[in-house]
Amino acid sequence: MSEKTYLQAISDGLREEMRRDHRVFILGEDVGVYGGAFKVTLGLQEEFGPWRVLDMPLSETAIMGGATGAAMMGLRPVAEMQFADFVSCAWDHLITVAAKQRWRVGTPVPIVLRLPSGGGFSGGPFHSQNPESSFAHIPGLKCVCPATPEDAKGLITAAIEDPNPVLFFEHKHLYRRIKGEVPDERYVTPIGKARIHAEGDDLTVVTWGAMVYTAGEAAKAVDASVEIVDLRTIMPWDKEAVLDSVRKTSKVLVLHEDTRTGGFGGEIAATIAEEAFEDLDAPVKRLAAPDCPVPFSPVLEKAYIPQVDDVVRALKELIEY
Amino acid sequence: MATGTAVDVVMPQMGVSVSEGTVTKWNKQVGDSIEADETLLEISTDKVDTEVPSPASGIVSEILVQEGETVDVGTVLARIGDEVGAAAPAAPAPEPAPEEPESAATEVAEPVVAEPTAQPAAPSENGKSFVSPVVARIASEHGIDPSQVPGSGSGGRVTKKDIQAFIESGEPASTKASEVVAPPPAAAAPPAAGQVTQAPEATAQVGEALEPMSAMRRGIADHMRKSLDTSAHVTSAIEVDMSKVVAIRAKLKKEYESAYGVNPTYLAFIARATVETLRDYPWVNGELRGDKIVTKSFVNLGFAVELVDGKGLIVPVVKNAETLNLLGMAKAIADIAKRARDKQLTPNDVSGGSFTITNPGGYGTFHGTPVISQPQAGILGTYAIVKRPWVITDDNGADAIAIRSIMNLTLTYDHRLVDGALAGRFLRDLRARLQTWGESDY
Repeated sequence: MSEKTYLQAISDGLREEMRRDHRVFILGEDVGVYGGAFKVTLGLQEEFGPWRVLDMPLSETAIMGGATGAAMMGLRPVAEMQFADFVSCAWDHLITVAAKQRWRVGTPVPIVLRLPSGGGFSGGPFHSQNPESSFAHIPGLKCVCPATPEDAKGLITAAIEDPNPVLFFEHKHLYRRIKGEVPDERYVTPIGKARIHAEGDDLTVVTWGAMVYTAGEAAKAVDASVEIVDLRTIMPWDKEAVLDSVRKTSKVLVLHEDTRTGGFGGEIAATIAEEAFEDLDAPVKRLAAPDCPVPFSPVLEKAYIPQVDDVVRALKELIEY
Repeated sequence: MATGTAVDVVMPQMGVSVSEGTVTKWNKQVGDSIEADETLLEISTDKVDTEVPSPASGIVSEILVQEGETVDVGTVLARIGDEVGAAAPAAPAPEPAPEEPESAATEVAEPVVAEPTAQPAAPSENGKSFVSPVVARIASEHGIDPSQVPGSGSGGRVTKKDIQAFIESGEPASTKASEVVAPPPAAAAPPAAGQVTQAPEATAQVGEALEPMSAMRRGIADHMRKSLDTSAHVTSAIEVDMSKVVAIRAKLKKEYESAYGVNPTYLAFIARATVETLRDYPWVNGELRGDKIVTKSFVNLGFAVELVDGKGLIVPVVKNAETLNLLGMAKAIADIAKRARDKQLTPNDVSGGSFTITNPGGYGTFHGTPVISQPQAGILGTYAIVKRPWVITDDNGADAIAIRSIMNLTLTYDHRLVDGALAGRFLRDLRARLQTWGESDY
């Protein structure tokens, strides 16, 4: 074990898989010489050469199309979008081709698409989104959203191993702020398994990504035993872990940084209502960003992204219910 | 200092993910003059190496971070003032993400935030009658009417914790206990659980008045009925010469009241002696659960407390009474009695008892047959201490009549578990403890 940042853990996972499997290669804008917009791929081109770390033209369509074709031909591309926001340019290749190929003709499409997402640094509407729910809605795509360095490495490994397209939402706000012990050896964190971030008996917070830490701070500020379920994977999501926790606590807050309407929290809340109705002691509560683009102004962005105080308020409402 | 102003130079935010930077070179030293936008120092971050221009013209008055040091974004690196060392206590360093007062943030944000703010309908008006799905399920599983359960939620709503505590407290006859006493199918069925609340609508005759039963009254009614349906109640009584306790209490009273602010009541003495005696009679402190006899390594002693308005009764429990000496017991009893009357008891305070004492003697009664608090096996009744002519044997072995303080004690026990002889021995030992209470006993 050694202490790594979230960013370093992703980088280590990529390097390890590239050393292990010669089919694994990286493509994206400025991923080579420059080391990527956030330096996740720094040093990889030096080690693996320009044919395994490809600097692509400024075209997400080309990146996604290239990755899809390469995957069909038996390679294991790891494509990077500079910001998750830019993935909309690649929508057609990703949704129409990559996601459906396995169902349509049975060809595996082992793509990993790395999507630096999330706000909290005044990135404004084009550099701060959390678009995971849009892709969770597309059959054929898997969506992972690690919160810890250990999970970041274990899930990038799992994503590369997976024969299907996996969208890897890495939260920019966690890149260098979050450090943690990461095993030095290779390991796989299973896709679709939640992690109990904190155990508790009185109420449950279901969340993922950077909000795991917001929830953790808020839990310390209330006089109740709060269980925090870090989903880690949005699709497929660990329904049983969530329902187990809800059956124990009977009160649940679903928290995410993405906007509210159509956010993945709605799916979770609906499932709880369907399958754990008789275990509920309060309405399922959602806390999410409002239905508008991410504002640029730091003041507005703070009002927009759920803050510790907002979570504390929501928890108190549930406690007092 | 000429103007008293100084400008802070902070570690800049070089890109969204950068949280720290390293000073690689100072291009100016303390005392050097510098123009606005002239390069002051060079820094290195995870992403870039860059020059930091001076934010103002003046003299470099302080350098706070040396070459090679790594600091967080926003840290003050230097101050530009009018003269060396003249930097006034600097204005707060501009944070990369300025903290705004909460209210301001909300105010500004409101026009933008289109979030639907519909809150779940707070059950404030009909809190008592709203039953959440989980409470409904638990109530139905245990045959409980949720309206009997004291609610601590919003608007008095019964929460999951409330109903769980209610069940743990043994307030309703537990399903298990009912199973134990249920007669064979051929026999006549006992009155159904919850019968009291399901009684037909009452109508008043001439000269009668109707008032609704409080939730507590219904709870007492149900519990009393269920307890009599569950346990085989038998009562034994014994007379106790309390003269020694009376004398010792008279001595201790002043000391306890002045030193500890607590009255060493007779009840505290009796409770202490009872806890000691229960150690030798685990079944009296036990319960029947299913087809098993449960004995306990602790004594959770319940005390029946009358509420101030005379319209109710509650049995708060002193947990782990076996760990309390006389003073501790007196304090514990005073505490629960006060909280019971002030309605400050929590569900935890009224649950988990292993044995109960009821004290109707305050009004002069000398005998009674209390009802057991389920699922316990016994309840001790304490009655008035009265001076009576009493036959004693003097030191010469001669009988004489003396005036002594006499109290009756009753033990009402569940004959399913406790036989008469065992109850008799329990009362004998309890009497012996009280009659031989020594000044050094506590």
